[in-house]
Amino acid sequence: MANTTTNSNWWIWKVFWILLIVTTVEVVLGIIKPGFLINTQFLGTKLLNHIFIVLTIVKAAYIVLSFMHLGHERKSLKWTILIPPIILIPYLLFILLTEGGYALSLMH
Amino acid sequence: MEQTKENTEEAWKGGDKPFAASYGKLMMWFFLITDALTFSAFLGSYGFYRFKYPDIWPVPEEVFTHFPFLHGDHPLLFVALMTFILIMSSVTMVLAVNYGHKMQKKKVILWLSLTIVGGFMFLGSQAWEWGHFIHGDKGAIDTKTESIVHIAEGDKMSSVYNLMEADGHDGSHHHFTINDVINKLETKTNFNIRTANKSYLSNSESIKFLQEEGTEVVLGANLKHNEYGVQNFGQCFFFITGFHGFHVFSGVIILIVILINVIKGTYERRGHYEMVEKVGLYWHFVDLVWVFVFTFFYLV
Repeated sequence: MANTTTNSNWWIWKVFWILLIVTTVEVVLGIIKPGFLINTQFLGTKLLNHIFIVLTIVKAAYIVLSFMHLGHERKSLKWTILIPPIILIPYLLFILLTEGGYALSLMH
Repeated sequence: MEQTKENTEEAWKGGDKPFAASYGKLMMWFFLITDALTFSAFLGSYGFYRFKYPDIWPVPEEVFTHFPFLHGDHPLLFVALMTFILIMSSVTMVLAVNYGHKMQKKKVILWLSLTIVGGFMFLGSQAWEWGHFIHGDKGAIDTKTESIVHIAEGDKMSSVYNLMEADGHDGSHHHFTINDVINKLETKTNFNIRTANKSYLSNSESIKFLQEEGTEVVLGANLKHNEYGVQNFGQCFFFITGFHGFHVFSGVIILIVILINVIKGTYERRGHYEMVEKVGLYWHFVDLVWVFVFTFFYLV
């Protein structure tokens, strides 16, 4: 691979290694499942799941900002694209997950 | 004041690019936002079902345990490989876009071709994954309460095939009735039932339970029921990974079209490789969605 890495696209391989390492950490955590992360509950789910979600968002940020080049676009374009999902998706998830918990309580 | 008015009039004449991005790129971004919202609705409804059935939801590492040419249980390894393939094809895509900016046609062709290879590898892996999911390897019993129970040996998961002394992978189509299973449980007393919320019954309890509650033996998965657990699990799996796989498939087709154009020199004549950049946005988006599917389907 070394011969294809010219000095101007080293950042691509940097992002590649970050994505790969984060994925590896996720898989290793998913296989060994450290006890204290599984047994600690936080905000309705295991601490381990929060770690997975944070790592996923880190990966997503690298893909969107670096690979999709959004980090280098004009500020107005960047926020026009980012703000709707950042507001709407957590809102939707909040509603659906709350509703799921409620549906569970109805069954008992 | 006069200056501002003039500028405003100027802006209305068109040709202004407040985002400093072309029409095509903007529209691709807007499409991707709507697509992101669609996928979040799918994953959100998956979350809804998980929150509705927290105790009887299947454990992912009991479901996705296979790896080609390896025996035994290897949870997560195969999807980790699929993730690696998709990240790798994202990298080759960025490289293609990068060489497009530099107008190096040959390198664009090389990296674009490798991206297509990555896309096909991912699709092949997904087909394999679907094949195993549909075939299943443990079998289960559906009950009147609509929850799935499994066959166990003591407090260890076993399978319907073990109990029935059949080979699940001999290629023939198996069919067992609930009475077959009950009869076998009566003779082979070391087998018992693991209930949907993962507690183990004794052999005699198991027989009584099946006589009262059992409805049919489920082998593998389809949209109606699956051997892994709650019905919605299989439906979500087929729908979400299927919808993502369809995106990958469309992406590969679009990449092939663009590659043909690159080879024909269309973009060389046009003076820029923006089309490669636009399909690149779509391809990275597909990778992005997989990152989330990977987390919420296989890890959490």
